[in-house]
Amino acid sequence: MKLVVAVIRPDRLTTVLEELYRADVQGLTISRVQGHGGEREHVETYRGMTVKMDLSEKVRLEIGVSNHFVEPTVQALLRGARTGAVGDGKIFVLPVEKVYRIRTGEEDQAAVTPVGVPTR
Amino acid sequence: MNMNQADTAWMLVATALVLLMTPALAFFYGGLVRSKNALNTMMMSFVALGGVGLVWALVAYSLAFAPGTPAIGGLTHALLRDVGLEAKGTIPHILYFCYQGTFAIITAALISGAIVERMRFGPYLVFLMMWTIFVYAPVAHWVWGGGFLMSMKVSALDFAGGTVVHVNAGMAAFVAASTLGPRKDFARQAFLPHNVPFTLLGTGLLWFGWFGFNAGSALGANNSAALAFATTMLAPAATLMVWTMLDLFRTKRVTAVGGATGIVVGLVAITPAAGYVSPMGAIVIGALAAFPSYYALLFRARTRLDDSLDVVAAHGLGGACGALLTGVFADKSWNGLTDGLLNGNASQFGAQLLAVVTVMAYSGVMTFVLLKVLAAVMPLRADVSDEGLGMDVSQHGEEAYADGEGAVLILPDRVKIPPAAAVSRGGTS
Repeated sequence: MKLVVAVIRPDRLTTVLEELYRADVQGLTISRVQGHGGEREHVETYRGMTVKMDLSEKVRLEIGVSNHFVEPTVQALLRGARTGAVGDGKIFVLPVEKVYRIRTGEEDQAAVTPVGVPTR
Repeated sequence: MNMNQADTAWMLVATALVLLMTPALAFFYGGLVRSKNALNTMMMSFVALGGVGLVWALVAYSLAFAPGTPAIGGLTHALLRDVGLEAKGTIPHILYFCYQGTFAIITAALISGAIVERMRFGPYLVFLMMWTIFVYAPVAHWVWGGGFLMSMKVSALDFAGGTVVHVNAGMAAFVAASTLGPRKDFARQAFLPHNVPFTLLGTGLLWFGWFGFNAGSALGANNSAALAFATTMLAPAATLMVWTMLDLFRTKRVTAVGGATGIVVGLVAITPAAGYVSPMGAIVIGALAAFPSYYALLFRARTRLDDSLDVVAAHGLGGACGALLTGVFADKSWNGLTDGLLNGNASQFGAQLLAVVTVMAYSGVMTFVLLKVLAAVMPLRADVSDEGLGMDVSQHGEEAYADGEGAVLILPDRVKIPPAAAVSRGGTS
């Protein structure tokens, strides 16, 4: 099993979710995060105060998948999140020691969604 | 003079309009501070409705409007004695009292913008009430209550309170901000407004209420009210457009906070002139008033003066600018009383200048004395950890935007409220 962690642009989230559903990837967690990935910072002005916003809003997805599902998941993320400009984000694939499904107590491969072989 | 029902009806409405400006100010200021200080900032305006409203009835109205010396009114109307249903002008005396009270309330609340995010709530409330008695009441007496600025050979013109309200509050704000000192992270950290839509909402409500403030200052449903209404509509329009242009040239963008500020500056500037100048004169005053305030805002941000919400630039300068320009643009063909500099009456400009300088000097000195006296009795500032925690939690024991996560209900009979300082020290750091 692997944990796929992706940090993407918030405005690409809907496209990414669409791509993931098309690839049959169903179990995921998202969180709103802030980060900096070398993109150009933007400037805001409030009365006499000018501020440079160093951190940009990002969305982090965490997806636990079985081994043969890693590649389709990553490809779906790449398709959905890429705009070609600096700041598109990163995908990390991490090894996972143990997975439990809380509802049933199932473990490991049985506990990540989906269990089956990729449809394409 | 006989009571007039049309005048009474309009003044009833106008009084309610002006009272609404104080909650409006709460939104204007509340949006500009950080979320951890939102309630405290809004309460600083709201509490004036109570504290100032009360001292106004007890003693301050009398000091401002009862017959007395050129410097201050007497105590014949203290505790609302002889303030009843008899005519004052063409409206009931008690209504006149209410109308003037709404001015006292918002003037005091205006000062809070200079000391938000750091002044303790208790001392602030005491300060407001003392300031109303010792600063607002005498100044209102000088300009409107038969005091010396009224009885000069050429009396100073202040239709709705450019000097009494705005120059007065602006100067007090300057002194309060410098006496209290800057917030702990001032000039090291950016303090971003937490809710600009609140600020825009407040601005809209302020403009709405300002029709009562300016057109109501005609004290009747008459031509003068109509003129003041028109100038109140036109001057901020001009200020908003000039402000927008200045923003556009400087940052290539039109800002919402800038737009809101521009509208307020325009309203402030037309206040002393409202019933004295032509509608076209109002447009010129509104346009001119944008410049000093706009550049003062930019300059202030580079100084050590933490006038947090720029009361000095918006109200002090805007008010002074409006009061002086009243002396320039006053037009006898519209107001039926007197001309300004532009129509050949230079002495009017002199009277305006004298009024502005006198009010600035008095308000500055007295505010300083009041704060020093208070500081000798109790600490004015929250301690550093309370300031860091946020004034909502440290002063009020509430949060503006609580999500309830991690909140454990304590049964009523087990509640022991720790002293405020202990709360903050026990909290996360």
